[in-house]
Parts: sequence; structure tokens; C-alpha cells
Amino acid sequence: MIDLKVRIGKTIFKNPVWAASGTFGNGEEFTDFLKITEIGAVVTKTVTRSPRRGNPVPRVVETPSGLLNSIGLENKGVEWFKKEQMPFLKELGVGTIVSIAGETPEEFVECAGKLTGKNRPDAIEINLSCPNVFHKGARRRLFAQDPKITEKITKAVKKKIKCPVITKLTPNVTDIGEIARAAENGGADAISLVNTYFGMAVDAEEMRPVLGNVTGGVSGPAIKPMALAAVWSAYNEVSIPIIGIGGIMTGLDAAEFILAGASAIQVGTANFIDPGRCAGVLKELKEYLNRKKIKRIRDLVGKLKV
Amino acid sequence: MKAAKKITKGTILRNREIAPGIFTMDIKSRWMGKKSRAGQFVNIKAADDTTDPLLRIPLGIHKIRGEEISLLYKVVGAGTKLLSLRSPGGSLDMLGPLGKGFDVSPVIRRKKAVAVLIAGGHGIAPLFALAEELTNKMRKVEFFIGACTREEITCVEELKKIGAGVRVSTDDGSRGERGRVTEMVMEYLSGDGKDAEHGTIYACGPMPMIRAVQDVSKATGIPAQVTRDEYMACGIGACRGCAVETTEGVKLACTDGPVFNAAILKWDKETVEK
Repeated sequence: MIDLKVRIGKTIFKNPVWAASGTFGNGEEFTDFLKITEIGAVVTKTVTRSPRRGNPVPRVVETPSGLLNSIGLENKGVEWFKKEQMPFLKELGVGTIVSIAGETPEEFVECAGKLTGKNRPDAIEINLSCPNVFHKGARRRLFAQDPKITEKITKAVKKKIKCPVITKLTPNVTDIGEIARAAENGGADAISLVNTYFGMAVDAEEMRPVLGNVTGGVSGPAIKPMALAAVWSAYNEVSIPIIGIGGIMTGLDAAEFILAGASAIQVGTANFIDPGRCAGVLKELKEYLNRKKIKRIRDLVGKLKV
Repeated sequence: MKAAKKITKGTILRNREIAPGIFTMDIKSRWMGKKSRAGQFVNIKAADDTTDPLLRIPLGIHKIRGEEISLLYKVVGAGTKLLSLRSPGGSLDMLGPLGKGFDVSPVIRRKKAVAVLIAGGHGIAPLFALAEELTNKMRKVEFFIGACTREEITCVEELKKIGAGVRVSTDDGSRGERGRVTEMVMEYLSGDGKDAEHGTIYACGPMPMIRAVQDVSKATGIPAQVTRDEYMACGIGACRGCAVETTEGVKLACTDGPVFNAAILKWDKETVEK
């Protein structure tokens, strides 16, 4: 029996394979394809204080081994989420991490404040890194490009709620270590990285951008090497757990991220191609651990031989 | 209750070019044959074990016959190009059936109701299955096919064989009437097609045609069910990529559609210009 448990703050998750925000809804769409309670956690689609309509279509387009998207955080707001989406997850009993965002630091705090009480999540992921929304008052385009504001929002959310806080970072920075430290200084219980890379697709025949929003974020296998390097850099800077994300399609991909320093991983784009993939990744990761005779998942974290 | 869907492998029986760049693929699949309805789609993998192409390709179900389905597709990119090279005997990874299909009940309920089907180019894909379902149930089907030029007109003989009335128009006049297919439909509805006033319009085609169909529906008072084709990733409502603006708020082409009541569709600036 392999010990797969992962501890983030005071919360223990049953295993390190989680579904990434924005790729899994609240899980309901996936019940035909896997037993959701098998996976470590569902990170739900980002919610904001008020409903958002999202960006104009086209919102998604394929790029070589990748997916370029600009959904624009379309959601019906945190109140709706709590009433309509949260009960499903709570009843199921799966690890539930709610992703939140806002246009200002105050909106993050307000949104987090709504997620207390009976149906509270097991952790909150603060999305400081969506490339497709405008962050008001940020010195840079994204909150997670600015260490000061990353620390400030993390601290403010942390103060507002009791459950663990995971700060989700963008890879679109010159020094990921600096931002990772800022989140740690803000009191984050963990950091998750990477969100998508800025990207665009051009239709030369029509002389137009393909996406309605012109630019978007790239995910999928195309970004895996960069994401691995970002996780490795962050691992060498902070002592809080890291959640690795970026083009994970298989259990071996998951093992690579864990070796590079991730304590848990999130499967994202792969859910769009094979809605049962999270369960597949978990199974393949267990096979890998068996083959390597590793008894506890935490013994693999950061064990890259360099 | 949610409709059943799953990932299943079918066997490719035939894969033929029926017009320049337009292919039909016949697939043996008990599951899809049994579960599919006209207007639904399948999300297929052009090739297995590769990340390029990465996503599945959503294709409308063209024919549903026993334990076989057919797909009609146009080669537009790397994925459909690969698909066009697949050989009979190979297996095809399919996710489906997905989406809500056409609602045939308005035509089934009234024996005399006429179904007016309007296809633009390879938009004929899902309408063939609908025509076949309706003619099997002894309903009158008037099928209007429009395209830029005659090479893009497909399925005419087959549609006649199943008992549908077929009229063709091309923009350049190389086959059938010269002009827009919706102009031909308007002419029909104000002449021979008077009895269609208690019928339903079903349409699939490019965006400008769908807008014109919406206008026809408004002008004649005949309800129209039309498809919306948007870029999508998952096909099951998770990615929220295939947003459709409606008077009832943002809906998704994959799970709320791809068939929509034409009366609720809204068009923002971006979509109009496309």
C-alpha cells in the first residue's frame, strides 16, 4: 500500500492528482467518465464576486500540441456557485478547492469571505494569474507579475478565512522565484504553478487574430518543459508545498513534476481530450511508484538527481 | 436525466471523398448507432497516441443506420487532413453522442406539417440524418441546398432516393438556381410552399446563412431550429469555449446546442463580421 496523502496547511488530501481549475467545471460534467472521489481534489472553475460574461468567441483554438484559450473567467458569481455547485461536491465528499479571482485585491477578500460556513471548501486557490482579464490597479498586467501585490492579496485572503490558501502563479515573469517567495511571505500554505503562457494565433489568410480577444493563454503538452523548469526554480526558493501544473497528460508526466519539486499536481487540458484522464494519471502514477518501490509519495518530491 | 455519452472505439468501414475536399466516413459502432439522434455530434480523435493534433474534432452525425453512423466532413486543417487519410479497418476513437439534437416533435405531431431543411455547403452533414428520420416517419421533407459553386453540392441523389424534395442553388449559378439558398426558400414559402406555414425550418450552414434563416423565420412566422458551430475544446460543457449569445444569456454550443431556436440567437459585432 503506497501512502499517497498530501498535506497542505492543516488539510490532508488523499492523493496528489487533482483536476485543474477551468478544465473540470465543478465535476458534474465528468461523472460519466470517472469516479470523481478517486482523485485527490477538484479545483473548481474560478468564481468572482459578481457574474462575468466572459470574452467574445472564438475563445479556444488549437496550436501545435497546445490549446490557446481566452474564456475570460466566465462565471455566474460566488453566490450562485455556493448555492448551485458546492453542494454537489460536498455531497460527493471529494477534496474541494475553490478558485477565486477579482479585479481588485478587495474583490478577492470579499469573494473569499463568502466561502465560509457550512459548505466551506477544503482550500482556496487564489487565481492571480489569469491572462485573459484586466487587473485593476496592478502595476503590471497580472497581479502575479508583481511581488508586492501577490504578497498583499495572499495575506488579505489568508486573514479572512481559516482554510488553507494556495496562490496560483503565472509563468509570465522574469523571476518566478521572486514571486514564489512573495506568496510565501504573504502566508500562502502552498503555491500552484503554472497558469497559462501568453500566446496568440494568427489567421494569415484573413489577416486576423484567431481569438476574439486577440491574445490568450497557452496550455497543454507544448508548455510542459517550461512548466517543469518553473516548478524546479520555485522549489529551490520556497519551503511551502508546490502544486505542479502544465501539460500533464500521463502518470509519468506527473512523476516528472513531483521529482522537480511538486507535492501534488493538477491535470488540466488533458480533461478536454479524455474526460476520464485524471483517474488514468493516478493509476499510472501508482504503477510508477510501485515500479520504483517508493512507499510514500512525499519521498519522491524534489528527488531529482542533479 | 442526463443523456448517455461515453468514449468508444468504432471501426472505419469506408472513408471517401464525395466532392473536392469533402469526405464521408462510415463507422461501425453499436453504441453510436443506438444512442445518436439527428443534430447531435461526436468528438473524434483524428489519430491515436499523438499530441499534435491535440484536441478532438467535433463532427455532426450525418447518417444513423442500425449499428453504423456516418460523418461528413470538410478538410479544413491538420486534423481533418489526417482524418481524410485514415483507411477502412482502422479504429476511430469517439466521444459521444454529444449535444442536443433537432426536435422533430412539431413535425411528428402534425401529419400534414412540412419540414423545410436548409443546408449551406457541408452544413448538409446533420440534416441528412434528420431528413431520413422524417421521411421514414412519412413526413414531407423539402430540402434546400445552397453552396458557392456546383462542386460543393452533395447528397442530392441520395436525398431524392429517400423521398425528400430537393432544390439546389449556387452563388455562381453553376448548378440549380443562381443566388442565395435563403432567397430560394423565401420564394418557395410565398409560392408552392404555402402549406409549410404549419411546418418547421431546420438549418445548418455558415453564420451568414444562419442569420438569413433567422430573418426568414421572422418574416414568415415559421419556427426555425438552427445549428451554431463554434470552436470548442471539450464538447461536454467544461471549457466554456463555445459560447453562444442568446436572449436567455450565454449558452454553450456543445451542451445547450448545437441546435438552437433561431428566435433566441443574438449576434454581437465580432460574430457578424466573421
